[in-house]
Amino acid sequence: MAEDIRQFVEFKLSDEEYGIDILQVKTIERMMPITRVPKTPDFVEGVINLRGEIVPVIDLKKRFDLPPGEVTDSTRIIIASIDDITVGMIVDAATEVIQLSQDDIEPAPPIIGGIDANYLDGVGKIDGRLLILLNVAKLLKPQEINQLAQM
Amino acid sequence: MNNNQYLDVFLEEAKEHIASLNTYLLELENNPAQEVIDEIFRSAHTLKGMSGTMGFTQLSELTHEMEDLLQELRNHQLTVTPQIIDTLLRCVDILEELVNDIELNGEESQRDIQALINSLKARNNEFLSNNTNNKNAAEEISAGNIAVHSFNEYEGRLVTHALDKGLNVWQIVVRLADECLLKSARAFLVFKTLEAFGEIIKTEPIAQDIEDEKFDNEFTMYLVTSQGKEEIYKALDTVSELESVVIEPIVQESISVKETSSFNYKPDDKDTAQTSESQNDALNRTTSVNTFKKTGKTLRVDIERLDTLMNLVSELIIIKTRLDDINKGEKDYQAKQREAIEYLERITSSLHDAVMKARMVPIENVFNRFPRVVHDLSRELSKEIDLVVEGADTELDRTIIDEIGDPLIHLIRNAADHGIENPKERIEKGKPAHGTIKLKAYHDGNNVVIEVSDDGKGIDLDGVVKKAVERGLIDKEQAKNLKEHEITSFLFEPGFSTKAEVTDISGRGVGLDVVKTKIESLGGSIDVTSKKDAGTIFSIRLPLTLAIIQALMVMVGSEKYAIPLSSIKETVIVSKEEIKKVQKTEVTILRGNVIPVIRLNRVLDVKSDSDYNEMTLVVVKKGEKDIGLAVDELLGQQEIVIKTLGNFLKDIKFIAGATILGDGEVALILDVNKLV
Repeated sequence: MAEDIRQFVEFKLSDEEYGIDILQVKTIERMMPITRVPKTPDFVEGVINLRGEIVPVIDLKKRFDLPPGEVTDSTRIIIASIDDITVGMIVDAATEVIQLSQDDIEPAPPIIGGIDANYLDGVGKIDGRLLILLNVAKLLKPQEINQLAQM
Repeated sequence: MNNNQYLDVFLEEAKEHIASLNTYLLELENNPAQEVIDEIFRSAHTLKGMSGTMGFTQLSELTHEMEDLLQELRNHQLTVTPQIIDTLLRCVDILEELVNDIELNGEESQRDIQALINSLKARNNEFLSNNTNNKNAAEEISAGNIAVHSFNEYEGRLVTHALDKGLNVWQIVVRLADECLLKSARAFLVFKTLEAFGEIIKTEPIAQDIEDEKFDNEFTMYLVTSQGKEEIYKALDTVSELESVVIEPIVQESISVKETSSFNYKPDDKDTAQTSESQNDALNRTTSVNTFKKTGKTLRVDIERLDTLMNLVSELIIIKTRLDDINKGEKDYQAKQREAIEYLERITSSLHDAVMKARMVPIENVFNRFPRVVHDLSRELSKEIDLVVEGADTELDRTIIDEIGDPLIHLIRNAADHGIENPKERIEKGKPAHGTIKLKAYHDGNNVVIEVSDDGKGIDLDGVVKKAVERGLIDKEQAKNLKEHEITSFLFEPGFSTKAEVTDISGRGVGLDVVKTKIESLGGSIDVTSKKDAGTIFSIRLPLTLAIIQALMVMVGSEKYAIPLSSIKETVIVSKEEIKKVQKTEVTILRGNVIPVIRLNRVLDVKSDSDYNEMTLVVVKKGEKDIGLAVDELLGQQEIVIKTLGNFLKDIKFIAGATILGDGEVALILDVNKLV
């Protein structure tokens, strides 16, 4: 059943644990200076210089209306890349890479932790813990951003 | 088998072949040489093979039929006629559509190729019988136009045979007077007279049709005889009610001739030869193979350029080792380090040049679709238009190449439609019947200039002024003191002149504002100069590359922004008192001109507690207007590399892109045009 195994990068927002498919992750960076971009939605923090490439960065906590936290030593920017869109996501910590078999993944309830199920791949169970699996592709759709920008 | 991985290659090559089909077919029209036909045949053949392998049946079927026809042209079973060329060009259009379908959907959509295939197959009969009518029509419009003749195999052999034996083969075009009543009887007399000289091998229309009076006032006969044309002229002189007789020799090399419709013993051979030569020249220069579509993401790079790049990178590695090796303990390590850094600077700037060069594409990639455009336009408008291309090897950045095609087509259409007069009008003005549209590209410093010029009627400046007054752009007093460039600038006003409004003045200005906007978005500018009855020149000035620009760095609050230098007019410092409020907008008066002031900190939502007594304004031009942008501090001029914000953040208002500063920080580039 090896083909059913998927790998996820596990990260934290406040105290909750999330996962994102490793195939969508390019790199994980430490916090770095971010240049604010005007006229963008609140959750778009700005852009960073990722080794010569300009990459927009969003604050996942703001994106999901979670209470804001401080930038700490463990704050990371997960650089995710889907199709031709590359985006950095600020998370409180990126902890480890875990393997989940398809059997361990359950469909997400309609609303979980304030996050619309549309943005979720499901919920993963591992060692009695629950991992909210984000669907980055849905999260990063540009129309999504534009809609929000017009609000 | 899954062919997907080859699809890109297929598409690129198919497009190349279609482009070369287009180019060579147009060349064929002027120069029906064997090599040209061979070239066309080769492209069609390759295309057929490729599309067969990829399983695109319509493509391969159509190219197969084209190939059959071309084969006959190659073997001289058929000679080139304008009809054949038109049919083939129509086929190429369909091929192009099919290839575009494949590019978009991955498969061919069903297109009606059967009609085309039929007309390809029907060539022998139809082409010949249609020939006369069409040719007559062509002759009527174009004096001195080059036409070619088709003989069937048998006739062709007769002609060749006769020429081999040293006999003359004459093409005799006879035009009957309009008032001639018994046309067939007259034609019969001509027929009889000619028969006395030798053998009539062919008539157009066919003899039966002439007998049945199924022709307009004109018919053509091909006569094999030992006599010279003076004798024939003399003999035909005795037949009355003939309006004109033109006798032209059929030449050996290709069984095709030049002909003139005027009653002219010595056709203006020199002239026509020259034009066709220059056309061919132009075509030859545009006969490059690669074309790019907007969607294409690949770029062909000369291997030499890649080698240069490679060399520079290896030098970069050498310099890195050299820096590593500098021993801090050494006495002169600072000098060594400085030297190494200087060297590094030289390499990076060469590297920059080399990469820029690798992105450069000759403008012929755009230009080579214009001969076809002009060809179609001149048919459509019944005007005679030559296209002369100069400097097609001028190189421009790929991004600009992709964008510049449409504005240029617009200008060419304008020139053909409104600039060039119809042949009659031109002759009345003492100009050659052929109008010329010239496309010229050349380097000028850090810019590339593209000129689209015509030798048409020029812009009616008075008419433009009148229109401008009517539209309330200026008042009558102002109108008196306008300089020429001020007048022509009205042409670029949005909606200044729709075609209906302007045909009576000069017809220029259809959508020119769109052209201008496009070119300005590429960081370029457009100018027009015009002389009545001498023509109009549109010259477009474009930066060599979009990637690197000069910019002024400014501070707004605590944020750094870059403003492209090309849009900045000046910077001024004004005191608080000089800022006035007019209808809620802040303005200031600069040398008598009222300019609106935009506080960047407000527009960009920057927290800034600047409430100084003085305000630093960066005056930028937005279209024809000036605007003052209030900033907190000027940091100085700098060369910056433009980077996009990526697809996630595209279309952000006011921001044109970003750049990375020396310290690794990102600064945003303001889009001056969007700042209202």
